[in-house]
Amino acid sequence: MWPRFEQVTSRDVLERLPFLDLPFDRYGMDPYGISRHHLGLFMTLLEGFYKHYFRVRCFGLEHIPKTGAGMLVGNHSGGIPADGGMIVASLFFSLNPPRAVHGMVEKFAQEWPFVSQWFNRVGQLPGLPEHAIRLLHDGRLLMVFPEGARGLGKLYKDRYHLSHFGTGFMRIALQTGTPVVPFAFIGGEEAMPTIFHAKRLARIVGAPYWPVPPYLLPFPLPLSCEIHYGKPMHFPGNGNEPDEVVEGYVEQVKSVINLLVTRGRAVHEQRRSGANLSEPTP
Amino acid sequence: MKVLITGINGNHARMVALRLLAQGHEIFGIDRRPWPDAPPNIHVFQTDVRKRPAADVFRQHRPEVVIHMATITHFSARADERLRINLHGTRLVFDYCHEFGVKQVVFVGRHTIYGAAPDAPLYRTEDEPPLAVSTFPELADLVAADLYAGSALWRWPELKTAVLRLVYLLGPARRGTLANLLDGKRVPMILGFDPLYHFMHDEDAVEAIIRTIDHQLSGVFNVAGPPPIPLSVLARGTGRQAIPIPEPLFRYAVGRFGLAYLPPGAALHIKHPIVVDAAAFRAATGFQHQYDAHEIMRGFRDG
Repeated sequence: MWPRFEQVTSRDVLERLPFLDLPFDRYGMDPYGISRHHLGLFMTLLEGFYKHYFRVRCFGLEHIPKTGAGMLVGNHSGGIPADGGMIVASLFFSLNPPRAVHGMVEKFAQEWPFVSQWFNRVGQLPGLPEHAIRLLHDGRLLMVFPEGARGLGKLYKDRYHLSHFGTGFMRIALQTGTPVVPFAFIGGEEAMPTIFHAKRLARIVGAPYWPVPPYLLPFPLPLSCEIHYGKPMHFPGNGNEPDEVVEGYVEQVKSVINLLVTRGRAVHEQRRSGANLSEPTP
Repeated sequence: MKVLITGINGNHARMVALRLLAQGHEIFGIDRRPWPDAPPNIHVFQTDVRKRPAADVFRQHRPEVVIHMATITHFSARADERLRINLHGTRLVFDYCHEFGVKQVVFVGRHTIYGAAPDAPLYRTEDEPPLAVSTFPELADLVAADLYAGSALWRWPELKTAVLRLVYLLGPARRGTLANLLDGKRVPMILGFDPLYHFMHDEDAVEAIIRTIDHQLSGVFNVAGPPPIPLSVLARGTGRQAIPIPEPLFRYAVGRFGLAYLPPGAALHIKHPIVVDAAAFRAATGFQHQYDAHEIMRGFRDG
């Protein structure tokens, strides 16, 4: 009845799946509920967006740890979490060997049928500190957007302006001794410019906001995007430092991300004006 | 060693009894139900743990180890009955253990007390609070019994108390919550949700209980077998047909169309996972499961 897995999964995905750092059992399941089958289909979907729709280019992939834990921390933008999907895709399609990265999904999505099931099957777990700590202790990569829904829902007029960063991620990084890899995602704000929040609609579906772009449909435009990864940052401590110390560390991460954003926007302008970029990964 | 097993007539309790008997222990049992073909050297007293003759079993035979397995679920009894057996029964058994000089007591509980919730972490550790008390009212008496049993750890430190929270059991005994869910040809699921299910083989559970005694464990421990798998895979693996039901229709569909009856609170347990971290128990006892998910499901399908 259903087409075979191999028929609906792209060749690049099929070739890369076996090199992924996940311990799949005979049912193709990993202990955190990632299914090889679902991941293959998900990556095939992302591939179209990554390679053709957003034509994503990555800079600084060498800063991603080859093995072991790491916390990727960056800016959130674009109404729907397409940036998260492109980060996941970049580590799968542009990194050799590929690595899986776990996102920390907003808790409200757990109540949505199909959405929650798919998030869980591809390793995007609800954003709980327990999950973050466990995954990092297990040597996995974690993707964190400290702005959370605040960043995702920001209006076009505030584009690339980092909103308030929580400190929870830094305490977990300190507690688990995990390096923080800052990144900037450029292009998301232009691809999906939010001009208005439909509050009533958001309440009905149980979401914190509902983005409305000028063309009404909350779906990003096919504009090019770039990801800039920065050098890993190591912070001393065990996670029990006073708030002011942790806030200081968070500010350091935030300022590096701001720097990456500024540089990234300059590169973005160059790319849009047709200049040839020297450093992109394929 | 003298070992007393309450609820000895349950299929899992019998397996524990026979294993301990084979190891040369002297076995006593209390149960309301008869065990007519019990081996001659297992002494079964047909009474209720809450009745006076039960106290006399403790008084006269002075067991050194008690394994408390006389608890029941919503599949077999109503709310008032469950409260009497699960909570009051547990209280009396622990009182007797203290009063009559029992050295070690094992409470065999369930992992479902952690409760399923959209914002609960995937792997539950022993220090997680039991959410089931509100998410699944039919489990409230078992939550209370579990916590009451655990309170013996500070009330009577000289009594070695182990509270085990076992994941779902599946195997030749064909008893337990999960076996009930998989009883028919069709398994109800909620459309758009496919939670991970954590289960272990009957024999592995028996082994875990015996290791708890051998290692004289004190404390609260999660006990698990192989890593969890999605409910849809579990249904397929046991030869069942998964029937996804839209959530608003769920309460009307269960108990009909060849689907097992489930109380309304069970919807959450079919929607979200309850998965436990059993590392502490493995570290304390060296326990390793012998049956993987494939063997368990195939055994259940063909059994």
